Amino acid sequence: MNHRSDGETGTGLQFFGKMTASISHEIKNVMAIINESAGLLEDYTIMAEKGVPIDPEKLKAVSQRVSKQIRRADGITRNMNSLAHSVDDFHKSVGLRETLELSVGLSLRLADMKSVKLDLQLPQDPVTIITSPFHLLNLLWQVVDFAMGASGGGKTLRFTYETGPDSVKIRVTGLETLSNLSEDAFPTEKEKALLQTLGGAIFLDAKAREIQIVLPKDLRQKSTDN
Amino acid sequence: MRVLLVDDEKELVEALAERLGIRGIEAHWETTGDAALKRIGEEAFDLAILDVKIPGISGIDLQRKMKVKCPDLKFMFLTGHGSQDDFAAGSSETGEDYYLLKPVHIDELMEKMKKLMSE
Repeated sequence: MNHRSDGETGTGLQFFGKMTASISHEIKNVMAIINESAGLLEDYTIMAEKGVPIDPEKLKAVSQRVSKQIRRADGITRNMNSLAHSVDDFHKSVGLRETLELSVGLSLRLADMKSVKLDLQLPQDPVTIITSPFHLLNLLWQVVDFAMGASGGGKTLRFTYETGPDSVKIRVTGLETLSNLSEDAFPTEKEKALLQTLGGAIFLDAKAREIQIVLPKDLRQKSTDN
Repeated sequence: MRVLLVDDEKELVEALAERLGIRGIEAHWETTGDAALKRIGEEAFDLAILDVKIPGISGIDLQRKMKVKCPDLKFMFLTGHGSQDDFAAGSSETGEDYYLLKPVHIDELMEKMKKLMSE
């Protein structure tokens, strides 16, 4: 990947660090649950050896718990892998649905910590854009982070998108307290730099309690125009 | 000994409580800070084992609130977080010995619990 300034690299590293710390915490939790489940099986075995009858339902419950955690770990590592490969190419064709699903997947635990729900309400029709995947994921996280603080009592952020001839619009709704914030609260310089890289723009609509992110369908075309 | 486990990972505290139960420890669990605060107001516990990150509240803040309600309650942290800042904040409240990282071996946990309760 190229086209990066020092400031942008710093923002990117902060984002990468935040995501990988969250991922490692989640993997630790998965390991802890599997660890206790394996320990329980060991406990049951020792009890059985001493002649204590073991209810088969208990064994079934432990087995199901482990299977569930393996599926969870698979999802976490898939997201981590997608994040890692998002830096492979500066310009890449990506599915908007898949990118938003990945962004929300990466943000889920951090949202949980703030008791905020993230809800995807995405159109069925597939939409692809040519963009910088890593910068887009970074921008989406900055928006989510800001939006969580502005979600007020509603505590649910909804994501959707719509498409135009040359651009797409991602809408994040549920920012209940957006009207209480000063106009220059968002985007900050950090997001402005990302928007410049992505050839996009952000609009805040306090009345609709939403943020709109407008991105070109083809960043290469936008770069040529500029 | 009555222990309250507080962690948003329900399946973890369920399994850990059962394992402690097999070892003669009466262990209960909650998955939110609010529920934990309510529980210690209703029942007596000797020890609380807290995660450092709980939805809506940090484990450190929860420990401080619990301490106000139950001054004699003892505390340990059991967390997936290994950052230096978290360790410094958590261990300054409980002592380094009682800030444990997931996953923990049950024998180590039992040993630390007994040591803490004998202090």
